[in-house]
Amino acid sequence: MATYLDFEQKIKQIQEDIITAEVRHDSAAAEILKKELDKEVSKTYKNLSAYQQLQLARHQDRPYALDYINLLLEDKYEIHGDRHFRDDEAIVCYMGYIAGERVMVIGEQKGRGTKNKLKRNFGMPNPEGYRKALRAAKLAEKFNLPLLMLIDTPGAYPGLGAEERNQSEAIARNLLELSQLNTQSVSVVIGEGGSGGALAIGVADKLVMMRYSVFSVISPEGCSAILWNDPTKVESATNALKITSQDLIKLDLIDDIIDEPLIGAHRDKEGAAKAIGDYFLSAIRELRELSDEERLEKRYKRLTGVGAYAE
Amino acid sequence: MNLLDLFTGRSEAKKQPTKSEAPSHWIKCPSCQALMYYKEVENQNYVCPKCSHHLRIKVDQRISMLCDDNTFVEMDATLKPVDPLKFVDKKSYVKRVEENVKKTSRTSSVVSGECEINSIATQLVVFDFAFMGGSLGSVEGEKIVRAVERAIEKKQGLVILSASGGARMQESTYALLQMSKTSAALAKLAKHKLPYISVLTDPTMGGVSASFATLGDIIIAEPGALIGFAGQRVIKQTIGSDLPDGFQRAEFLLEKGSIDMVVNRNDLKKTLSDLLKMMLGK
Ligand SMILES: [Zn+2]
Repeated sequence: MATYLDFEQKIKQIQEDIITAEVRHDSAAAEILKKELDKEVSKTYKNLSAYQQLQLARHQDRPYALDYINLLLEDKYEIHGDRHFRDDEAIVCYMGYIAGERVMVIGEQKGRGTKNKLKRNFGMPNPEGYRKALRAAKLAEKFNLPLLMLIDTPGAYPGLGAEERNQSEAIARNLLELSQLNTQSVSVVIGEGGSGGALAIGVADKLVMMRYSVFSVISPEGCSAILWNDPTKVESATNALKITSQDLIKLDLIDDIIDEPLIGAHRDKEGAAKAIGDYFLSAIRELRELSDEERLEKRYKRLTGVGAYAE
Repeated sequence: MNLLDLFTGRSEAKKQPTKSEAPSHWIKCPSCQALMYYKEVENQNYVCPKCSHHLRIKVDQRISMLCDDNTFVEMDATLKPVDPLKFVDKKSYVKRVEENVKKTSRTSSVVSGECEINSIATQLVVFDFAFMGGSLGSVEGEKIVRAVERAIEKKQGLVILSASGGARMQESTYALLQMSKTSAALAKLAKHKLPYISVLTDPTMGGVSASFATLGDIIIAEPGALIGFAGQRVIKQTIGSDLPDGFQRAEFLLEKGSIDMVVNRNDLKKTLSDLLKMMLGK
């Protein structure tokens, strides 16, 4: 069963009417309804508030990393474990092909349904997850595979074991190593880009966002609790933090917005996957025009050039 | 306490130095509760003479304690925060910065510059927890990157003393991206085989802990310092139980293999210069 948010109720109604019309073989009515649907989609989704976009970014029907991996990769093999502690299933790593192109994909994976949510730790990686990701990234470098990273996490896991095994170091090490990893790399925020736990796989030649994804230093809930001292100011915090793809491209903090279908990845998984695949392929083609030195220098300048200050 | 005191609001507790007059006269050790004349504590660089508890120390004293006399030259002091997001919570970011500038006479939670530590020329970066909780924003990130670049140019080592609650929320994604900014610069420093010593002081948390603070060739912590990625309240909420004693303290991190040493503040200068000397081959 698809889940519809408050502002999607009209779309739900029209989609149900289309099904009814199709069942009755009333193709004329179905045609009219489909046009109405297009109109309603562009009306609804072109004017979403930041808070509505946050809801879409976390929508339970939104594709997760594995959905994209299954739609995009051929002849794929999963890479498991950090070789030290255990295999963290909140991060998945796959080698395979996208449109004939060899590729390494690293993704933060949320689970669907209680059992899977627990298995995937709600998409909150432990240190060994980030260390597995780094191992996969190093493999990509060694064998010259372009690297695609899919970000979707509420944040790195805040737990006893995570701290004991040095969550800070796992994240920091990835930031350092990925900043100089010698292969073409693209990081895509596909849903929720939660703070350092997202950034740990967000250092690449290009950092981009799906249309309805969010990326923020702290969750709006956390920000509301800390800065407003009031857990109900989530919508205010969402607005203040400027977390949508449109906000962040305007601030020049991300490189591109991926052209996710207007109706949202949660209603058009295939369209969303194709948009990621197309973007990735054209990005690595563009990046291959540069020599290794040029590419790494460009990445370094981009990473170290971020900041808003007066002098 | 007599009854009159109770009614007039005067009590034993109130006769003791209040927080605002404490610095001028008396300091109470939060660990052993000993009440000490401030000069005595100051002379010990705010290490309790009774129990060795490390109290927070002002940045100026921290710098004079580490650097040879008159060798510290502050750099990039003119960098100032702006408000790229027009951020307003209960207060505006602009207002908060104003208040903190007034309070600390600085425009940033980072003081950076060049100095000599037992005659070894070094790039030094010190966090001031008094400025917005030592939070990491654009100015702080830029100062760190410039210190790294000076270290490379002059073939010197880098020492960063952290004291921070993490990334500055009011700068949102700008603040978050200072983590990758500083880490990328440190990758470059490492390529030049120049030493970076990270000193973790109380507290070093969140985005600071999860970037440059944890990337030292050598990581030193002050005794008892709280160091970690996630805040204790968040962890407690997540796991639904109390935290073990000493969790996320310097000694805990040493035991878990996360840091190299726990060093008393009064031994820090010698430790730094000894290590820099060895790593630089001087
Ligand atoms: Zn004491």
